Amino acid sequence: MGLPLLTILIAVPLIAGLLCLFVRAQAARWIALVATLIDLAISVWLWIAFDPNGAQWQFVEHTALAGNFAWALGIDGIALMLIQLTAFLMPICIGASWVAIQKRVPEYMAVFLLMEALMLGVFAAQDLFLFYVFFEGGLIPMYLIIGVWGGVERIKASYKFFLYTFFGSVLMLIAMIYMVGVSGTTSIPALMAYNFTPEAQTWLFLAFLASFAVKLPMWPVHTWLPDAHVQAPTAGSVILAGILLKLGGYGFIRFSLPMFPQGSAEFIPLMFVLSGVAVVYTSLVALVQTDMKKLIAYSSVAHMAFVTFGLFAMNQQGIEGAMIVMLSHGLVSGALFLVVGVIYDRLHTREIAKFGGLSNNMPGYALLFMLFTMASVGLPGTSGFVGEFLSLMGTYRASTWGALAGTTGIILSAAYMLWLYWRICFGAARTPEAAVMPDLSTREWWLLAPIALAVLWMGIYPESFIRPIRNDVGRIITRLDHVAPAGDSHLTLAKGAMHMGGDDHHGAMH
Amino acid sequence: MGRLAPLLPEIILAVGGLVLMMVAAFTGRRGTTLVNWLAIALLLVATAALVGAPSHAGPIFDGLISADLFASFGKAVIYPAAAVAIIAAHGWFERGTEHAAEYAVLIVFAAVGMSVMVSATSLISLYVGLELNSLAGYVLASYTRHDERSAEAGLKYFVLGALASGILLYGISLLYGFTGTTSFTGVAAAFGRGTPTLGLLFGLVFLLAGLAFKISAVPFHMWTPDVYEGAPTPVTTFFASAPKVASVLLAVRVCVDGLGPATDAWRQIVIFAALASIFLGAVAAYGQTNIKRLLAYSSINNVGFALIGLAAGTAQGASSVLFYMTVYVVMTVGAFLCVLWMRDADGERVETIASLSGLSQTRPAFAAAFAIFMFSLAGVPPLFGFWPKLLVFNAAVQAGYIALAVAGIIGAVIGAYYYLKIVKVMYMDEPAPAYSRVREPVQGALVFFAALAVSPLGYLLIAPLGALSDRAAGTLF
Repeated sequence: MGLPLLTILIAVPLIAGLLCLFVRAQAARWIALVATLIDLAISVWLWIAFDPNGAQWQFVEHTALAGNFAWALGIDGIALMLIQLTAFLMPICIGASWVAIQKRVPEYMAVFLLMEALMLGVFAAQDLFLFYVFFEGGLIPMYLIIGVWGGVERIKASYKFFLYTFFGSVLMLIAMIYMVGVSGTTSIPALMAYNFTPEAQTWLFLAFLASFAVKLPMWPVHTWLPDAHVQAPTAGSVILAGILLKLGGYGFIRFSLPMFPQGSAEFIPLMFVLSGVAVVYTSLVALVQTDMKKLIAYSSVAHMAFVTFGLFAMNQQGIEGAMIVMLSHGLVSGALFLVVGVIYDRLHTREIAKFGGLSNNMPGYALLFMLFTMASVGLPGTSGFVGEFLSLMGTYRASTWGALAGTTGIILSAAYMLWLYWRICFGAARTPEAAVMPDLSTREWWLLAPIALAVLWMGIYPESFIRPIRNDVGRIITRLDHVAPAGDSHLTLAKGAMHMGGDDHHGAMH
Repeated sequence: MGRLAPLLPEIILAVGGLVLMMVAAFTGRRGTTLVNWLAIALLLVATAALVGAPSHAGPIFDGLISADLFASFGKAVIYPAAAVAIIAAHGWFERGTEHAAEYAVLIVFAAVGMSVMVSATSLISLYVGLELNSLAGYVLASYTRHDERSAEAGLKYFVLGALASGILLYGISLLYGFTGTTSFTGVAAAFGRGTPTLGLLFGLVFLLAGLAFKISAVPFHMWTPDVYEGAPTPVTTFFASAPKVASVLLAVRVCVDGLGPATDAWRQIVIFAALASIFLGAVAAYGQTNIKRLLAYSSINNVGFALIGLAAGTAQGASSVLFYMTVYVVMTVGAFLCVLWMRDADGERVETIASLSGLSQTRPAFAAAFAIFMFSLAGVPPLFGFWPKLLVFNAAVQAGYIALAVAGIIGAVIGAYYYLKIVKVMYMDEPAPAYSRVREPVQGALVFFAALAVSPLGYLLIAPLGALSDRAAGTLF
């Protein structure tokens, strides 16, 4: 491979973004769309060219910049899939902003493209500090997207978003500096194989947790998310839910688990408790929301808890499940925000109580909304089912109580999603305006249909998405082998077997 | 002649400055432009003259000053920064100031003082350099003498500066009295002989207190906001850049060279000053409505970060301070040049943050440059301002001061708020009446290049700048 594909992938939106600043609104829209489509094409090519059974790191590039800082890029299957997600959602976001954004369009497109470049950079970075630069850099465009093009309370939401996530990340920076000092390398692949002392791992894990827990977000540091979501423009919400939240999960997979296996294992109980609380608590909170976007935002927090459940189950199903939940949630919640955006654009309100009976005058809309609702609930045949099932199966092998809490979340998610759908699409229209809203336009079909197809594809043939990550997950499992929890849900032979020593108990499992 | 070769930059500036003073005296206001350009040329020639003997000759004049790479690094930042301060004054003093031409001359003399500061290896030359710089500074602060605020700033700066000089001198005399020498090596040797006596420690504390005033570190920062606000903006640009670098570098050399064996004694002071500066600089900036006052607190805050590198007490730490100050100067000068352009529709100068409202819609390029400087000062990647912060924290962590680094970085988050506020005002608020255009192509080019340097493209500078600052810091250890 002579061509530095990953650099091109990052450079295309960056250059297009600069270009946008110098043209008029309509031209900026087209530049942005073309650039994101080019990136989509490149990323699809990456997927095709990626060899799941080949080397762990492919498309590697390395240019030293200074002592221990390098422009080092390379992807494994996990990064590959998240790059697909990013590149897939971006043209849709541009399309979603086509009409909705009328104010300062060139700047908007420029900021969005900058955002894409930084997010792709996060997934492709192989140097610790380069990762951090991309990871934190995403704050600036998102701050502007929320603050400039957001709703009424946008200023407060943008501050909250920025300072919350910035605060989380700086502790990680100190931890990174320490890691580089001890190990003498900034290369992420090398660090993934480095064994820190157990004491150090405890602290390092906590420092990284501070960052990733805020990004993911985990209960109780999720409070920035509903504000940011509600105030952000539709496309901003899609990016937030679809990609930005995945940075937290990606961080756990890339850093916490392989670099600090002991530290991670030490905190499994904490992670499970936090995830369990998140799943149940935020689902209940979602149930009582009157604002559609807020409801979906809280559901995101609940869904992200499946990611942490799966990851800290530390087995193949759990981690694969967590990955699929991330991909699926990226698509589904992105789609749900778009669905909300469609009716927001028509009525300029997000109050659930203002709608009703949309299945009468917007049948196409109701159909797609139904599909995404089902995917969010986790109906078999949709992407949501695969991820949640795998993740819960993994969790069950590690902890029955965890699985119990997680399953409760699924039931609750059915409750709030179906109730939302019922209130919006069925019954009689509650306001005269809602009764006369036109169905999806061609542009809106083009935005939602691709996501619907991807959701079904992932639901029906998940192997396409699992194959690239299988070996990488396997490598993480190998790293975690000696610390993974034994689990409490294995079949034991007889009641008497409970009295045996730990070793015998362990032996009985095989 | 050979003996004087290491002093070439200072000789150029001192002799050139005297000649320029004559030119200014005889041509009056008509000569302003000529004097300005000549002064800039002098400073640039002096920068070029740093290559060779001035960087490698080592101690000269019986160890009064040292012409080494550390000093040269400082001068290479100070001279161009001083030149920018002269460019910044273009178009500022022409109305109503009768002594416009002397402005550039004073800056040149201040530059000579700063040269002595960064190369001083003796308490006497330290003091002489500091005073030469300060005296020029006092005059500069009150340069628009008919303006009450400027006069007040000059007076305040002078009175408090004199007090600080007194404290510094008291510390110097204590050290001299207890060691019998004024050279840094002699003082260091005295500290190296077992536990320092009470007198030595007192001397050390007073010396550092005097220096803390000059770098405006908390708790000796009180003059900074008033002077920065009151002084004419080009002068504030100058104060925030070159003298700051010189003072910080002087503090580094004093601590490492002169007080090296007493590292444990001064480190606690530096740590306190660092954290206090970071937090006070961050918190006190919240309520400011004047952009120059806000940037004053920003400079207090930034000095705190530089001191973290010093507190590490290692070569790596000193190197990170040099790197930090270099990038800091670019960001600050850029930000102040932007402030310089804040003129309302009638061409009057405005300094309120509120007047920046919606600048991104009336003047997009101006707002973008300002936003870049703000994000960079806040240390948010991918802007280059992040890297020096990373380096100082790196130095602190590698030296084992993890708690210090954590505290400092939390201060960075608190400080980020007010930089964000400026960006918010420019990008998210409804447009205020547009500024009138200022036609200053040279300043415009400077802002452009400064913004480019602190943009992500700045990362390309890491290798050369890092290597240079490593070597420069290496001469102290």
